[in-house]
Amino acid sequence: MRIQIFTVLIAVILLLVIFQLVRKNKLLEQYSLLWIVSAVLLIVLALWRDLQTWMSNLIGIYYPPSALFLIAIVCGMVITLHFSVVISNLREQNHLLAQEVALLKEKVEKMNPDA
Amino acid sequence: MTKSPKILVIIPAYNEEGSICSVIREIRALKSDMDILVINDASTDETECLVAEMNEVVLTLPFNVGIGGAVQTGFKYAHENGYDVAVQVDGDGQHIPGQIPLLTEVLQTEADVVIGSRFIETLGYTTSWVRRIGVRIFMIVNSLILKQRITDSTSGFRAYNKKAIAFLASYYPHDYPEPESVVVLGRNGFCIREVPVKMREREYGRSSISAFHSVYYMIKVLLAIFVDLFREKIVH
Repeated sequence: MRIQIFTVLIAVILLLVIFQLVRKNKLLEQYSLLWIVSAVLLIVLALWRDLQTWMSNLIGIYYPPSALFLIAIVCGMVITLHFSVVISNLREQNHLLAQEVALLKEKVEKMNPDA
Repeated sequence: MTKSPKILVIIPAYNEEGSICSVIREIRALKSDMDILVINDASTDETECLVAEMNEVVLTLPFNVGIGGAVQTGFKYAHENGYDVAVQVDGDGQHIPGQIPLLTEVLQTEADVVIGSRFIETLGYTTSWVRRIGVRIFMIVNSLILKQRITDSTSGFRAYNKKAIAFLASYYPHDYPEPESVVVLGRNGFCIREVPVKMREREYGRSSISAFHSVYYMIKVLLAIFVDLFREKIVH
């Protein structure tokens, strides 16, 4: 089935890109884990036809390979949500840092008023 | 003409009001002129006040950065202030400050990094079976990668020399840093030694690694170690 080959190909390329990003320190290990899990899940589902059929029957999909699309979309959503949480956290910390710097600046200026 | 080395004891602390004072008192009781630096990782309890009351230097981080980032703050401080030796001691009272000389002696004679290990001799330390399996796996991984037997790579009771401090000030893993840092240090040519130590059971607070996180911890650290194998060595 072409869709299977295609899915495996994409997932493998994805895995290689992720590996390279982590190796070059452009992606932290903890943020690569969800990607890796998603890619491996897609590979397993693409190769394991029985699981595909079983899953399709379970959720009422008539054409089993389209279960792959569903899984890919769900994985994408989970990852995006995860990053939304991470970004919110970063924003919070960024505020704290800016406030802290402002307070420190005032303190330092008070200590040497001539500078 | 050997003048005595400048030693800094780095104590990472997150909500350790119950134990931090006794840790500091025990270090003072050693009667050697080691400086103490507490890294307060945005504790929500009285940790900061208690340390300040004891007149020791405390760096308070604006938000919780986790053990890796906290300890690295200590390395940066040690590096900037020209310390020869940095000793890492947990703020929870698990490590026994009386054993710091065991580490620093070996450091001065034969190593860049000295790790206090619970498992060289089984010196009365019981731990959960999950932890034991984890420790066993790290031991195998380290033997394979570094061709060296590191029995306790999860131990945070360590001493580093000047060369290692300079390196770690720039390169230190973020979370769950201990096992990964062993591999990174070893692969970059630092000489690592272990000495047997005893550790206490925690009395206050809770371990940074709960049972629930153990599996995630193992996967994350093993992934990090695996990727490290494919990174270029860092020139230092």
